[in-house]
Amino acid sequence: MAHDRPFRNRAGTVIMVLTTLEGPARMTPRLIVSRQMPAPVADRIRAEFDCPWPEGRDMDADEMLNQVRATRADALLITSHLKFGADVIARLPDHVRIAATCSVGFEHIDVAAARARGLKVTNTPDVLTDCTADLTLLLILGACRRAHEYDTIMRSGWRRGYGLGEMLGVQVAGKRIGIVGFGRIGQAVAQRARGFGMRILYTGPRRAPPAIEQGATFFADLREMLPQCDILTLHARGGPATADLMNADTFALLPRGAVFVNASRGGLVDEEALIAALQSGHLFAAGLDVYKNEPAFDLRLAALPNTFLLPHMGSATIETRTAMGMRALDNIAAVLGGGKPIDPLWT
Amino acid sequence: MAKPVLLVTRRLPPAVEARAAAEYDARLNPEDAPRTGADILRLAQGADAVLCCPAEKLDAATIGALPATVRVIGTFSVGFDHIDLGACRVRNLPVVNTPDVLSVATAECAMLLILAASRRAGEGERLVRSGTWQGWAPTQLLGTLVHGRRLGIFGMGRIGRELARMAQAFGMSVHYRDVARLPEALEGGATWHEEDASFLAASEVLSLNAPGGAATRHWLNAERIAQLPRGAVVVNAARGTLIDDAALIGALQSGQVGFAGLDVYEGEPALNPGYPALENVVLLPHLGSATVETRDAMGHLALDGIAAVLEGRTPANLVR
Repeated sequence: MAHDRPFRNRAGTVIMVLTTLEGPARMTPRLIVSRQMPAPVADRIRAEFDCPWPEGRDMDADEMLNQVRATRADALLITSHLKFGADVIARLPDHVRIAATCSVGFEHIDVAAARARGLKVTNTPDVLTDCTADLTLLLILGACRRAHEYDTIMRSGWRRGYGLGEMLGVQVAGKRIGIVGFGRIGQAVAQRARGFGMRILYTGPRRAPPAIEQGATFFADLREMLPQCDILTLHARGGPATADLMNADTFALLPRGAVFVNASRGGLVDEEALIAALQSGHLFAAGLDVYKNEPAFDLRLAALPNTFLLPHMGSATIETRTAMGMRALDNIAAVLGGGKPIDPLWT
Repeated sequence: MAKPVLLVTRRLPPAVEARAAAEYDARLNPEDAPRTGADILRLAQGADAVLCCPAEKLDAATIGALPATVRVIGTFSVGFDHIDLGACRVRNLPVVNTPDVLSVATAECAMLLILAASRRAGEGERLVRSGTWQGWAPTQLLGTLVHGRRLGIFGMGRIGRELARMAQAFGMSVHYRDVARLPEALEGGATWHEEDASFLAASEVLSLNAPGGAATRHWLNAERIAQLPRGAVVVNAARGTLIDDAALIGALQSGQVGFAGLDVYEGEPALNPGYPALENVVLLPHLGSATVETRDAMGHLALDGIAAVLEGRTPANLVR
């Protein structure tokens, strides 16, 4: 298997080629990639970096640290699967100058410890916006139009037509959509919702300028917006301030028959309250891409017919994952080249 | 004055049945039992109007045998293939249908299929429900981005145009193929193709929105599929007969078509067993117009048409 090739040979080959082309003064930067990467990202790693496994290899913290020491790596490419806590950061050798996470979220990183250590840390914002907004509309349509139940009917053989009042979904077009968090993704969701003639309501820390608002209605208070939402979608930041933002009280403020979707952070939702609202029919349906506990999510959600569930696929397109990997490499190249990171977690 | 008698052949949405019961001496079907031609003839005795559904075949013999009291037939559908219009004409029996009001729901269904197929929602759903999901991974279930892709719409009628508007909000550029170019106002910035070849080559996502019938039967065949960009996404929320199923299944297996989303099938409610055996298709049971809003609107439109005929007016939804 290509993964198991001795890295010294491979790394040596890369160095030789590059020294011939670019002269001996230029050192190829050394990189450890702690997770599998899409092929175009691996190709670039192979071309620009000295890396034992350019395709990436799923490593735990110990293996990553061993690889870092063995190769005297200058940089790390990680993803959210690797807990990058204070203990790991403390064990990083001095020659590591940057850790780039191939994700927008950075809950897996102890930012304070990284700062104290003088390590540069970057993420990959922006490049997921369209992909995640597309998926949000998929959740809305899938939940409103009962995609899970319909697909189950088909895979179990169908064989009978449905009556005219049977298995009806809820139309999306013309409905009122409430967007919690009107950042890049929230705005991109609003843009798509306009194509369905939806009325846009939003809430967030502050009102957006008219050019961004484009006729959307701002609510300073989530609780005032909720009773007016036929469909509610979350695009807020995670963290303690927004933990369980949607709970028994706030779900109760939605009109009966509302549809709820979440493609942002599982921690925003009290799933006990969500399940109760789905069981009672207070919510018509829910579309979820994120869960409080991943991947060991609450299996009661999977037992409900009126849920449309995806396994955290908000950025799961070849184009986007490639763009994320490339952006992470851009950040690494910028820092190792002596410049400023493009997407620093702090400034 | 006694209310006119209305025979309703199948169970209808509650709001529609409530109106039917308020305005007519309504003969409803609360058990939603299927009705044969003989059932309809029996139940229509003394009725002024019949509101039927596509599941019932109103052939020439049935139409001819309907009691003379029946003055109008309404169908809870856009299509009227199930009604022998020639026989109605002979009897001078007007027919009303429910056009237009399904366009938005059907376009929504096509957009759902585009997103679900491109983003591998069927596989994702099954992975989550299986309880064996191992967690997020950078290369897990990678689909293709919908934003910014080229969408080819085959059949740019009302549904096609609704779909175009929705797709443009996803940053998709819209191409279309139809017998003639639309006026610029209806075109909405979409690009017309006079030839199949250029249209197919442009269609990274292909949506079929054309009518059925002999002229379009198996339009999407092996030869046309070969002209799509490799890995294209194909969706059909129009008519099952538009697709040569064997050719599409072969292309889904070879990767020439990356993903497909289908709401309609040739020979439904049976379908080619090749489809459910594939992971890269999303399948819906012909529920493109199945929203409460649309079904209510269809019912009200049919009742409006029936009322107009009974009152001696010409309804807008008269089938000519």
